[in-house]
Amino acid sequence: MMTTDRATKRDISLTVNGELKTVRVYPMERLLDVLRHQLELTGTKEGCGEGECGACSVLMDGALIDSCLIPVAQAQGARVVTIEGVAENARFSMLRETFLEYGGAQCGICTPGMILAAIHLLERKVTPTFDEIREGLSGNLCRCTGYMQIFEAVAEAVKRRGRPS
Amino acid sequence: MRTDRIVGAATPRKEGRDKIAGRARYIDDLTFPGMLYGATVRSRIPHGKIRQINFGPAIAWSEFVVVSAKDIPGKNYIALIENDQPCLADETVNHPEEAILLLAHPERRALPKAVAAVSIEYESLPGVFSIEESERKANIIWGADNTFKSFLIQKGDVDEVWAKADYIVEGEYFTGAQEQLYIETNGVIAAFDAERGITVWGSLQCPYYVHKAMMALCNLPEDKVRIVQTETGGAFGGKEEYPSMIAGHAALLAMKSGRPVKIIYDRAEDMAATTKRHPSRTRHRTAVSRDGKLLGGEIDFIIDGGAYATLSPVVLSRGTIHAGGPYYWPNVRIRSKAVATNAPPHGAFRGFGAPQSLFAMERHMDRIARTVGLSPLEIRRRNFLRPGQTTTTEQVVNEPIDLEKLLDRALLHAAYDTKRQRFAKENKCGGRKKGMGVAAFLHGAGFTGSGERYLSSVVGAEGRADGGVRVLVSSTEFGQGTNTVLCQIAAEALGLSYDDVTIAQPDTKQVPNSGPTVASRTAMVVGKLVASAALGLKQTLVGAGMLGEISSADEFRAACRKYVTAHGEFRSLARYEQPPGVFWDDQKYRGEAYSSFAWAVYVAEVTVDLATYGVSVNDFVALQEVGRVLNPVLARGQIIGGVAQGIGFALYEKVEWRDGRMQNSQMTNYIMPTSADLPPIRVYFEELGNKHGAFGAKGIGELPMDGPAPAIVNAIEDALGIPLNKVPLLPEDIFEAVTRCENAIDSLAGK
Repeated sequence: MMTTDRATKRDISLTVNGELKTVRVYPMERLLDVLRHQLELTGTKEGCGEGECGACSVLMDGALIDSCLIPVAQAQGARVVTIEGVAENARFSMLRETFLEYGGAQCGICTPGMILAAIHLLERKVTPTFDEIREGLSGNLCRCTGYMQIFEAVAEAVKRRGRPS
Repeated sequence: MRTDRIVGAATPRKEGRDKIAGRARYIDDLTFPGMLYGATVRSRIPHGKIRQINFGPAIAWSEFVVVSAKDIPGKNYIALIENDQPCLADETVNHPEEAILLLAHPERRALPKAVAAVSIEYESLPGVFSIEESERKANIIWGADNTFKSFLIQKGDVDEVWAKADYIVEGEYFTGAQEQLYIETNGVIAAFDAERGITVWGSLQCPYYVHKAMMALCNLPEDKVRIVQTETGGAFGGKEEYPSMIAGHAALLAMKSGRPVKIIYDRAEDMAATTKRHPSRTRHRTAVSRDGKLLGGEIDFIIDGGAYATLSPVVLSRGTIHAGGPYYWPNVRIRSKAVATNAPPHGAFRGFGAPQSLFAMERHMDRIARTVGLSPLEIRRRNFLRPGQTTTTEQVVNEPIDLEKLLDRALLHAAYDTKRQRFAKENKCGGRKKGMGVAAFLHGAGFTGSGERYLSSVVGAEGRADGGVRVLVSSTEFGQGTNTVLCQIAAEALGLSYDDVTIAQPDTKQVPNSGPTVASRTAMVVGKLVASAALGLKQTLVGAGMLGEISSADEFRAACRKYVTAHGEFRSLARYEQPPGVFWDDQKYRGEAYSSFAWAVYVAEVTVDLATYGVSVNDFVALQEVGRVLNPVLARGQIIGGVAQGIGFALYEKVEWRDGRMQNSQMTNYIMPTSADLPPIRVYFEELGNKHGAFGAKGIGELPMDGPAPAIVNAIEDALGIPLNKVPLLPEDIFEAVTRCENAIDSLAGK
């Protein structure tokens, strides 16, 4: 097992939400901690610290990952997108509206991860079926909603996106 | 009054946009200058005396702030009901997660090694690890007899009924511990200075509980303690009483160091050390007539409270009052007690004792049906409580509830008859058996008996300089919709738009004590006070001649602006008053236990795979009468979420204990339902209204936790035809039950 104690800090460069960032870090620090503490992007949450709950989901080079499982050294040169990077993005405004309308967020702690998982799904699949939505979000745990209103929010966003505006 | 302007409409969640954008600030998102991080050194044995504490040589201890029980300026207890739980163990430890020492350091990452470097020598004492061991009293670990609290409810004369009974049906039922598993773990930040005293920001349900506990622990007057709730990432009861403990720890470190201190539990610590649902055992002995009428019964209900009393007396109370279910008992005796074990204290969790005793009642009804030779539906029909009849506490049902109609509607939605006929054929072959199960139940809203009168909650409404209104309550939002529903109520009462009303962050320096956010009381009880406080603003404006009796929203806003310009602060307060004619006897546990009950019938459809013994829930119908539905999207969200937790309670969530310690304190091996595990949960409402609640509301939050476990186990029994008496039922439990049943049949057959 690697420990960070005797390791020395070094510079890691990565693109976060479109901006190139260089951070001075222990290489084995979790990407989650670097995002939250050094870059002050606190929209990414920690739920379990062991890759089970998905609250810390971010997009890394287009893949949906648990940032609690990624040593920051592995993110050298990567493109990372967090909730802050999509919160204002007009492309996803429909998804934000349907989450609000359909009760997709209750306590909100899983919501940033859930939104990123939904975006990841919608980027790969233009019109996912209900089962594909269920499957696409199954890595993200929610204790409040029982999931149904989250699926409905995503399904409705897909439906409305299909309509001519 | 029935309106559909704002109350009854799906207004969007007040804080929803911030949550969706990741802008909402939870406790771990806050950082203060000079802040230290705190950690807890806990007992590693379940019961014993602390002999010596050793600090390992590999740590630079001078960098750390260290707090022990000796540093406590006030009382070394967490003030609640009995005040028996120490904040830090001094001489004795009573459970294997008990806090002994606190450490703080500027670097969060320095803490785990330091915690591990503290070694504590103990003199071990024998432990008590189950309800049965606690009852045996071979070791007394609390009070005179290991009993935190007991209740006795007596109605009629149950001793007379046994001779008249055509059947006497006995049953014993068990429920396991359950972890709340909010996705945001417990966390707080505390800061101290001599002038302002102690301030705690945290993820919590009940700011004034923490306020009371900090006054006692820190030896500070009321005005030198301030508690602020930050955005809270789920609670479900798990942040009702425990935050006083973690806040106390951070406060002690902050007082000693003079710096702000943050403590955030990691998942393993949160699961192992904080409260869980009380494990329970219920025994029923019921006298039944030939035609299936309940003549009388004895119910013995016991819950495992863990090492300290904490909230067990109140959890026990609710479980006791709900133990008879939604049925008419002419004669009944309910005995209940909460007992001590050497486990971390069990505590509040959605349902609060009712899911345990109702599980037993609803399993037992199916057993009675089988004994008498009636269907599970017919036995319920013949015994449902009807208006004019009395509950086990002799409370008269004075609302027009028709449980048979509720049952019929639920069965129709579930296609119960058609499916059962089909399953009867299909189950004859193949390795997958299907079944249907029903549960009927009730849930009392608000505090029990005289509780609301003792609480005497106060709510404020504030007219603002912009003409809008701000709701002032200590009632907290943790996902269930407090912010939204209370703003809807104020807007509706004043004829304003939803956007005209905001709600203050719960901060004991800013808001009155509207009571704890528990017991499904917020919409019903606090909501009604919000409406009164809001109307108080209007009366002031009318009284000042600034507004007519009948006015538009524009006129109200203009008058409000004018008033604030002229007078400055513009507030109105409303205090709870018990409706007249309410009778409750706290000694005999008799009378009006709750001002209203919510009622429900749930139907589960399951498939049991005989190769894996895995159970899947294929369909779930949840029909309830919750008074007026104030916000249909939020109400449906409460029901679906509660049912999902109930499915977890029934089929997935099992705490593995060893000598009082949770062995599976990880999300990897304590399994909550994922989206792949849940059926479509179909939610239906009946709306009878409620004269005691805001715009006709009743409590809703806890109700959906009560029904899923019995409905599902009844369905599994329907599929397999073998008796089952406990939850959770994981595949290994079902395998064991099936095997035991097969062995019993074999031995009967002389094999």
